[in-house]
Amino acid sequence: MSETAERVKKIVVEHLGVEAEKVTEDASFIDDLGADSLDIVELVMAFEEEFGVEIPDDAAEKITTVKDAISYIDSHKG
Amino acid sequence: MRRVVVTGLGLVTPLGGDVETSWANLIAGKSGAGQITRFDTKDQKCTIACEVKPADHEYGFDPNKRVDHKVQRQVDPFIIYGIDAAGQALEDAGIGELTYEQSTRIGCSIGSGIGGLPGIASESLVCENKGPGRVSPHFVHGRLINLISGQVSIKYGLRGPNHAVVTACSTGAHAIGDAARMIAADDADIMLAGGAEGAICPLGIAGFAQARALATEFNDRPEQASRPYDKDRDGFVMGEGAGVLVLEEYEHAKARGAKIYAEVIGYGLSGDAYHVTAPHPDGDGAYRSMEMAIRKSGLKPEDIDYINAHGTSTMADMIELGATQRLFGKDLGGASMSSTKSAIGHLLGGAGAVESIFCILAMRDQIVPPTLNLENPDEGAEGVDLVPLKAKKREVRAVLNNSFGFGGTNASLVMRKI
Repeated sequence: MSETAERVKKIVVEHLGVEAEKVTEDASFIDDLGADSLDIVELVMAFEEEFGVEIPDDAAEKITTVKDAISYIDSHKG
Repeated sequence: MRRVVVTGLGLVTPLGGDVETSWANLIAGKSGAGQITRFDTKDQKCTIACEVKPADHEYGFDPNKRVDHKVQRQVDPFIIYGIDAAGQALEDAGIGELTYEQSTRIGCSIGSGIGGLPGIASESLVCENKGPGRVSPHFVHGRLINLISGQVSIKYGLRGPNHAVVTACSTGAHAIGDAARMIAADDADIMLAGGAEGAICPLGIAGFAQARALATEFNDRPEQASRPYDKDRDGFVMGEGAGVLVLEEYEHAKARGAKIYAEVIGYGLSGDAYHVTAPHPDGDGAYRSMEMAIRKSGLKPEDIDYINAHGTSTMADMIELGATQRLFGKDLGGASMSSTKSAIGHLLGGAGAVESIFCILAMRDQIVPPTLNLENPDEGAEGVDLVPLKAKKREVRAVLNNSFGFGGTNASLVMRKI
């Protein structure tokens, strides 16, 4: 697992209170991890803080799975 | 008129994370006061409070029992305490799976005096220092006072009236009285009613200290600081926690074989129209609140065996006592009157509900809780049984609970055993 993936999963576990095993790369925040739209806003903010990236609203809307988040961060972090 | 009874109780207090632990510690004369552990009290005039203890404490509170991890992260402490106390009360009342029809007849009226002050204070710093784009999307609904009732209704599927009282330190008593009326008026068959508070934060302590409301002379002796009616009292000690009752229409409770603790028979309300923080010196508002509650109950003052006083350990104690003597007689007609704020501090919006539960347990166990630290009663308290220092076994058939709040808002409740 990449370093980004590990840090993303840690944030997801902490924020959503789900078991770490459930946070697979294919997991959907809403369908598989019980998040609602506000939880995703909060997660995106946490990713921005953790990785020092800006995730604009239109990009955030496309982040629906754990893998989406990891890919976006990997391709945008400095 | 539909009669209203109490069929479930839930408590989170500085003396315990549930009803029986809190009550046993209260009767044993324990104090929930100590140095504030939540934040650095440097430069605060008051450094003590009655905090709810952590889960690993002998009588601590474990939020993980009934409040989802995600919710805990999103909301202020008063909401966590309220959800847990409401869950306890539902379990105690034996209310579980509900049909849709049943769920529309069960409501919530759980309020708070202050609400999410710790979260408002901390998030305002985020907004100022990191910018509006860093403010949590859960900021608003994690702080709003009616979000105990909201969260509880969602968690347990309660589709009846959803309400929240905000009347400062009278909140808990008003919530019970108003909810009882909703049942009497046939708006619901069951109401979860009560109040919660969690305002022990730098801004909360500083604000009440600046209003000259808190005890400041006992920072080195926290367990002695809350001393209602004592000559050396100099302010209240802030507490936190929640009390929630299941109120239920009498025939409904009987039909399902519910355990019935007490009947809510009288509710009185009044306004002082005098001052924002000080009570009317004649105790006029307090008197009329108590008089209305007793008149509505159909009882006479001499029928009341125990009065749980507002008694905050401030100058106002003797005003309340004077008003009570005017109504009940110089010796209170033989009633015992104590202030349990001496043990758990002042739970502000939670006080009236927590103290109503103590009144109910006094009737259940035929014992009245003590006024701790009452070593030298103030002038005017002669001949009154203020239950100093130790709990007292006695007959308790009917009780009166008083709660008075900033703004000059007063509420009194009368309950009896059935």
